[in-house]
Amino acid sequence: MIYIALFWEFFKTGLFAVGGGLATLPFLYDMAERTGWFTSSRLTDMLAVSESTPGPIGVNMATYVGYVTAGVPGAAVATVGLITPSVIVVLLVAAALKSFRTNPWVEAAFRGLRPASVAMIAAAGLSVAVLTFWNGEASGFGKIHWLPLALAAVLLVLTRWVKPVKKLHPIVFIAVSAAAGVALGL
Amino acid sequence: MKQLWELFFTFAKVGAMTFGGGYAMLPVLRREVVENKGWVSDEELADYFAVAQCTPGVIAVNTATFIGRKRQGVWGGIVATLGVVFPSVFIITALAGVITAYAHLAWVRHAFAGIRVCVCVLILNAVIKLWESAVKGRLALAIFLVVLAGSLFLKLSPVVYVAAAGAAGVVQEAVQRRRKA
Repeated sequence: MIYIALFWEFFKTGLFAVGGGLATLPFLYDMAERTGWFTSSRLTDMLAVSESTPGPIGVNMATYVGYVTAGVPGAAVATVGLITPSVIVVLLVAAALKSFRTNPWVEAAFRGLRPASVAMIAAAGLSVAVLTFWNGEASGFGKIHWLPLALAAVLLVLTRWVKPVKKLHPIVFIAVSAAAGVALGL
Repeated sequence: MKQLWELFFTFAKVGAMTFGGGYAMLPVLRREVVENKGWVSDEELADYFAVAQCTPGVIAVNTATFIGRKRQGVWGGIVATLGVVFPSVFIITALAGVITAYAHLAWVRHAFAGIRVCVCVLILNAVIKLWESAVKGRLALAIFLVVLAGSLFLKLSPVVYVAAAGAAGVVQEAVQRRRKA
């Protein structure tokens, strides 16, 4: 029963992905490898769509993966699976919000957990980067896709250091990148 | 019942107007629930947002559950959460079919190749920002490096890293307490 498997996979993701939508990414790559429901390069395209459509990234990714795996019902099941542990945990925590926030043991666990979460997002980002910038079949300088790399350098400068521009909404940079992709024939 | 609908629609609006992740939604959320509706104060919102970042799951979802619960109890929490994910489910399922239908077109593939470059840059920026707030001290740096290497070269479930890193934080706290005692 694909729906039960989907629900369970996303329930686990929702329970263990701490630190926001991108934290679900390592779980999704893991899911791609174990279940074979979708490929990791397909996942990268789904990430691109999820970043450029309305809605929180984590939710968009769950919906998309669910849809690809088992159609519209799959999309609903995956999304509900993702949010179920959140809702349960938040409802429990909300009852004792103040003591949860100030509990030194909870604080200590999160001091350990946060760097792990950043590392897993970084690793997932690296695998997206390899797909984008690396061509294993070519040799020498051809191994690197130079044009996308140049675009990335421009985007990095714009989003980090150019004062009035970097405040712009990410959707602006996504639209510019899509246009650049078409114009440059990436 | 009317109030539950209002929660649903308000959070559906927030979901539809959020692009990207949790941090991007904060201004939109603030305008709706603090300024327009007066459901929570700025301080409460800051509290919820802080805890939402360290409870499991998507930050936007967790914040919605908190505010919904405050307004209308457990059902309010559930309804607000369903509201915030509703636009995603609707838009993505509609779009996924269209994208699949046009995926063979050259310009669609070029556009996606461009967006993928942007996604790399956005993830890098997110990692830098998270690094600044999360990786403080030697233990944090060690956890970061070990988990990064593990994620790249081993095929372990991410659950293992999350559990081990949380345990490492607790052990460190216990060791420090024993030393003081």
